[in-house]
Amino acid sequence: MLFEPVIGLEVHAQLKTKTKIFCNCPTTFGAPPNANTCPVCTGMPGVLPVLNRQAVTFAIKSALATDCTIARESRFDRKNYFYPDLPKGYQISQYAFPIAEHGHLVVEPEGADPKRIGITRIHMEEDAGKLIHDPGRGKSMVDLNRTGVPLVEIVSEPDMRSAEEAGAYLRKLHAILKYIDICDGNMEEGSFRCDANISLRPVGQEEFGTRTELKNLNSFKHVEKAIRHEIQRQTYILEEGKKVIQETRLWDPNKNVTRSMRGKEDAHDYRYFPDPDLVPLIVDETWIDAVKKEMPELPDARKQRFIADYSLSEYDAGILTGSRQLADYYEEAAANLKDKKQAANWIMGPVLGLVKSQGLAIETIPVSATELSELLLLVEAGKLNAGTAKTVFEEMIISDKAPLAIMKEKGLEQVSDQSELDSIVMSVIEANPKEHDAYKNGKTKLFSFFMGQIMKQTKGKADPKVVTSLLKQNL
Amino acid sequence: MEAAIPPLGETFGGFLADFFMKITKKDIEYIAHLSRLEVDDSLVDKFADQVSRILQYIDKLKDVDVSGVELMAGAALSTNVFREDIPHTPPGPEITLANAPEREDDFYMVPKAVG
Repeated sequence: MLFEPVIGLEVHAQLKTKTKIFCNCPTTFGAPPNANTCPVCTGMPGVLPVLNRQAVTFAIKSALATDCTIARESRFDRKNYFYPDLPKGYQISQYAFPIAEHGHLVVEPEGADPKRIGITRIHMEEDAGKLIHDPGRGKSMVDLNRTGVPLVEIVSEPDMRSAEEAGAYLRKLHAILKYIDICDGNMEEGSFRCDANISLRPVGQEEFGTRTELKNLNSFKHVEKAIRHEIQRQTYILEEGKKVIQETRLWDPNKNVTRSMRGKEDAHDYRYFPDPDLVPLIVDETWIDAVKKEMPELPDARKQRFIADYSLSEYDAGILTGSRQLADYYEEAAANLKDKKQAANWIMGPVLGLVKSQGLAIETIPVSATELSELLLLVEAGKLNAGTAKTVFEEMIISDKAPLAIMKEKGLEQVSDQSELDSIVMSVIEANPKEHDAYKNGKTKLFSFFMGQIMKQTKGKADPKVVTSLLKQNL
Repeated sequence: MEAAIPPLGETFGGFLADFFMKITKKDIEYIAHLSRLEVDDSLVDKFADQVSRILQYIDKLKDVDVSGVELMAGAALSTNVFREDIPHTPPGPEITLANAPEREDDFYMVPKAVG
C-alpha cells in the first residue's frame, strides 16, 4: 500500500524585545544563571504580570506578514503543567482567543511548483526556563533567565506532504520573521524552534492517520532529516500491519533516530483557563495601520522587484532576496552600477564564497557593499578586467585599502592603449611562428594560446577586448 | 466572539463531564499525578469526598437562568494594560534565590526531572 505523509509544523519564535513579555527583565542571551530574573518571572506569590506593548506590535507584524486575520480582541490563558522549567506551575499563553488566525505562506520547494501552506493561528506566550540535567547525581540545575521571554507560536495547517515541503515552509517563515525584524532567527540559541506533527495515511484516504510529534529540531537540516526518518519509521510500522502510537518523539541528531519521549495523553491535559491577572487585549485599526507603515518589503515582493527593475533571473533574484541583509547588500552594491547583473554575479560568486569560507554573516564580511561597488565601478570603467578585479578583491579581504589604491599599488590598471598593446601583440606573434602557422592553417583554437601569452606578458592587465581585435587583425 | 471556551468537562480533564459527577478515588490520583503531588493512600478517599462537596456547592450556579447572557471569558473591567519595553536592573540571583530550598552557584537545584 502507498502512504502519503501529512505534516504540520509548530514554530516558536522568540520576539526581539528588550524585555520579557510580562516584566521588565532583560532578554539578553547568555547572561549568568538567573541573572535576568525577578519576582514576576519566577512566579513569586502576589506579583502581577503586565503585558509588553512591543511584544504585541511584533506579534501583529508576524500576523501581517503571513496574511493572518488579526483578532480585534484576544485573551491570555493559563496552560497548567508541573515541571521545574516553569516556576508558576502554568505558562501564560493564548488558547481560546489567539491574536491572529487563518493566514498562509506560499512556499517553493526545490524543483517543485509553488504551494500554499495554511497557517492556523499565531498566539503569544511566554517561554519556559532551561534545565541542565546531571544524571550522575540525579539532579537538575534550573536557570530561569529564559522564563518569560516573549514568543509567538505559529501553527501551520497539516498541509505539507514531504520533508522538502516542510523544509521550504520553515525556511520561508524564518526569512520572513528576519525580514520584518521581530526575531533574530538564531536556531542554535533557540530563538527559532520547530516541532513537527507527522502522520501517514493511505493515498486517497481523506481521514488523517495517528500522528507523532517530533521535538528538538534545531536546524533546517535536522528538520528535513528527522521528518524523513519519521516518515520511514511510520511506513515500516504500517506496512507490518501494526499501529502508530500517538506520542512525542525526540530527534537525536547524533544517532539520526527519533525516540519516544512520553505519552501524549499526559502531556496534553493542560486544563487551560483564562488568566485573571491579565486583561483582554484589544488591537484596533489605528494600531494595525501604524504597524503596517513600519512593515518592510517582504521577500516575495522584493524578489519580483529585483526581476522587474534589475532584469535578474528568477533564480538569481531568489538567492539574493534569501535574507534581508543579503538583499540590502546587493542593492547597495548595485546602486551606482549600470550593469546590475554584474553585481549579482559577483555576490553569488566570490562574495557568498567568502561568507561560506569565513563562516561569517553577510553584514560582517571584510568587504562591505560600498567597497564592492567601488571595485565594480572600476570594472565598468574598463580599468580592471575580470581577472585583475579578482586579484583586487582577494587583497580587499585582507587589507583595509580601497580598491583604487590596491589597483594602483599593484600596478593592475588595465592597459587599453592600442599602440602599447599592438607592440606586445606583434612581439608575441613573432615569438611563436609555429603556432602562428598552425593558426593560419585552420587551428583557430590557438587563439586562446595567443591571448594567454599576452595576458602573461601584461600580468593580466591587458584589456581583453582590445587584445581580441588586435589579434584578429594580425594573426 | 465565535471561538468557544472549552466546556467545563474538557477544561477539567474530562472527569467533570456531566451535571454533577462524584469525584472518585481515580480522579484524585489523576489530579495528583498531573500536579506531581504525592498523596498518601489513606487520604485519597477523604480528598475525593471533599472535592466532591466543593463541586456540589459550586453546582448551585447551574440553577441560575443565564439564557440571553453573553459568554464571558474573564472578569476584567478594563482592557489593554501595557508596559513599555524598557529593561530594569533585575534584583539578581542573591534575592531571587534567597528562598530556594536547594541551590548550587546561582542555579536552583531540583530532583532530576527528565521530560
